[in-house]
Amino acid sequence: MSVTLADLKVGEQAEIIGFTDELLSLKLLEMGCLPGTVIELTHQAPFGDPIAIKVSGYTLSMRKEEAATIQVKTL
Amino acid sequence: MSKLPKIALIGNPNAGKSSLFNSLTGLNQKTGNFPGVTMDKHTGIWELEPNSKVEVLDLPGIYSIYPKSIDEELVINILGNPSHPDYPDMAIVVADASNLKRNLLLFSQVRDLGIPTVLALNMVDVAESQGFVINSIKLARELSIEVAEINAKKGIGVNGLRLAVEKTLKNRYASNDALPLPVGDDLLADITAQFGEADPYRSLLWLMEHDRMKMFSNEQRMGFDRLQAKHRFDSKSYKTSETVKRYEALSEIVERCVINLNRQWDAPPVKTMTDRLDKFFLHPVGGYLIFLGILFLMFQAVFTWAAYPMDAIDGGVAQLNDYLKGILPASALTGLLTDGLIAGIGGVLIFVPQIAFLFFFISMLEETGYMSRVMFIMDKLMRRFGLNGKSVVPLMSGVACAVPAIMSTRSIGSWKDRLITIMVTPLMSCSARLPIYTVLIALVVPEKSTLFGMFNLQGLALFGLYLLGFFMAILSAWVMKQVLQVKEKSYFIMELPTYKGPRFKHMALSIYNSVQAFVFEAGKIIVAISIVLWVLASYGPGDSLALVEQSVRQANPTLSETALANKVAAEKLEQSYAGHFGHFIEPVIKPLGYDWKIGIALITSFAAREVFVGTMSTIYSLGGEVDDENATIKNRMRAEINPATGKPLYDAALGFSLLIFYAFAMQCMSTLATTYRETKSWKYPTIQFLYMTALAYLSAFIVYQVLS
Repeated sequence: MSVTLADLKVGEQAEIIGFTDELLSLKLLEMGCLPGTVIELTHQAPFGDPIAIKVSGYTLSMRKEEAATIQVKTL
Repeated sequence: MSKLPKIALIGNPNAGKSSLFNSLTGLNQKTGNFPGVTMDKHTGIWELEPNSKVEVLDLPGIYSIYPKSIDEELVINILGNPSHPDYPDMAIVVADASNLKRNLLLFSQVRDLGIPTVLALNMVDVAESQGFVINSIKLARELSIEVAEINAKKGIGVNGLRLAVEKTLKNRYASNDALPLPVGDDLLADITAQFGEADPYRSLLWLMEHDRMKMFSNEQRMGFDRLQAKHRFDSKSYKTSETVKRYEALSEIVERCVINLNRQWDAPPVKTMTDRLDKFFLHPVGGYLIFLGILFLMFQAVFTWAAYPMDAIDGGVAQLNDYLKGILPASALTGLLTDGLIAGIGGVLIFVPQIAFLFFFISMLEETGYMSRVMFIMDKLMRRFGLNGKSVVPLMSGVACAVPAIMSTRSIGSWKDRLITIMVTPLMSCSARLPIYTVLIALVVPEKSTLFGMFNLQGLALFGLYLLGFFMAILSAWVMKQVLQVKEKSYFIMELPTYKGPRFKHMALSIYNSVQAFVFEAGKIIVAISIVLWVLASYGPGDSLALVEQSVRQANPTLSETALANKVAAEKLEQSYAGHFGHFIEPVIKPLGYDWKIGIALITSFAAREVFVGTMSTIYSLGGEVDDENATIKNRMRAEINPATGKPLYDAALGFSLLIFYAFAMQCMSTLATTYRETKSWKYPTIQFLYMTALAYLSAFIVYQVLS
């Protein structure tokens, strides 16, 4: 079981490795979440969901279940 | 005007497209847009030179030309179809320089469609403050197009953009015929053979997005499906590989054209203003408190600050009417002018201050980037009720008007979430209800009273009504979630834009547009119904009205002349056509505490609830005593006596029963028509009308029976 974005804690950085959901991956790619990109988990909404990450200089929010489709390697 | 060259403005959301549009076109805009809502395309005229004008088309913000929700479909429907009436001669892609790579993705797609394109680099100063210096001359050469640096917010760089546009319009140079990712030549040949000649990338767009494009018939769509099967073409994986490929190429270009000072100096990343503000606004507890506080401030302000201009308008209209009655001969025509027309117009104008304040707040929240934070902190909560974080915008815009609010649901990707949002949005108290609330609250809640000496009780009552509408909306959403058992994936991948100071010119424009739309759209209906109502209230079947005067005089020989005149007027109203209608529905509304006069108002506000106050002014100015002190509608209603008890008719029970009825009832033809258009079915507006009216009747019944 590989690590996904949903497993990160606030302040942790990671590198994107790949995606597990083909439909979501297009949207994520378009938003600049490319494999190899370094991201940082910056915020969690109340109740821990959704989350916000810093990616290529801006803030992107997504739900936890969507974050779980992004495989990452922690740094 | 159709001969003017057309320029489409395209860009990511928050890239500064709308600011640029406003500084190019100023007041020469055609459609009114409501704050928080990109309703549709938006056109305006830009004067390049004194004798050379172009038409500018502002399109909804997108991240890629592949749409993910209905509002984004508009862009490919225009750009993908050369015979579309709005197909542009060229495009300006507005790019946020502080996020260049992501913004260039869209640019490269638009350019590959074969549309001559200029790149407008916005927010260069923000990029530089973050340590990125962009060589735009080199960038122009690499992309082989014109690049103009602009500051859309301050309106700087428009001249350079104008030169770039003029040059591009003259050359009509569209670069790059190559596909980002090759496909078989025979596939393109097949598309050309069946659907006509086009740039290769446009042909592919047709093939991949034919279901979302209105230019194709069902047979043609099936033809595309067959072609996909024949060539084993998979749209999804093509789009994914295409996006990766484009980013690879763009990374190299950005690498060559942008100097990263941070890398040279090895400086630690700067904590931006946005990072610091988000610590507060996205705080697990503080975030909610701030949001509630902002909402509360908004309603306190709408009620207290707007009161001064409103009183002035109210008094002014009453004075004008008295003055006209004094100088004009007493005739039916004078009555129509004063009690019908001017009373009706006054009923519209008086709400302009409140609506302006409301739109001021909503556009401020939208402008500063705070609205996205609200979606973020509300998403989890809203999901429990079958809604979505993005439902917050329709619900909040619904406070202004349900029509643009329902249109703004187009940005919600999931059909189920969108449908539920559409169904419950009209329960939010819109600005047309505000007049009714204002008048009725003033009647039943004492004016001078405060809670803990600081909160105006009338303001609190108003806030309570808005909260009630909101809770009823999410409760209804929850019920619909249980009924609609659709398993569908919705997603919430969304940019949280950087905080920006509000652009007051932009806000002023959107307030002006919204108020204008309210005054003219709602105003037309209100004035028309006021006139019809005046006629119905002034005439009756046969000669019944003429007989009234005689019989009243005979029955009350001792009354003074003024009192007699009042009695005659009241009796005449009851015998008029309007009075007959009111009496006809009285049995149905009696359990809610309403008499036949309110019945008339209910009937007339069936199509548009804002008519209520106008109707009340018309009815009471015909039926009551008209002197200077009593001239405002509030005072006339306050003076109304319940014949059964001898006490004021508008007591707490009746007042609250009416308030609740108007809070929940579906009395807006425009909203039903919008629901029909957005759901493409009569089923949903019908359900919407029935459930809301039933809710209104039952709640008003309970309130009246408990309080009286």
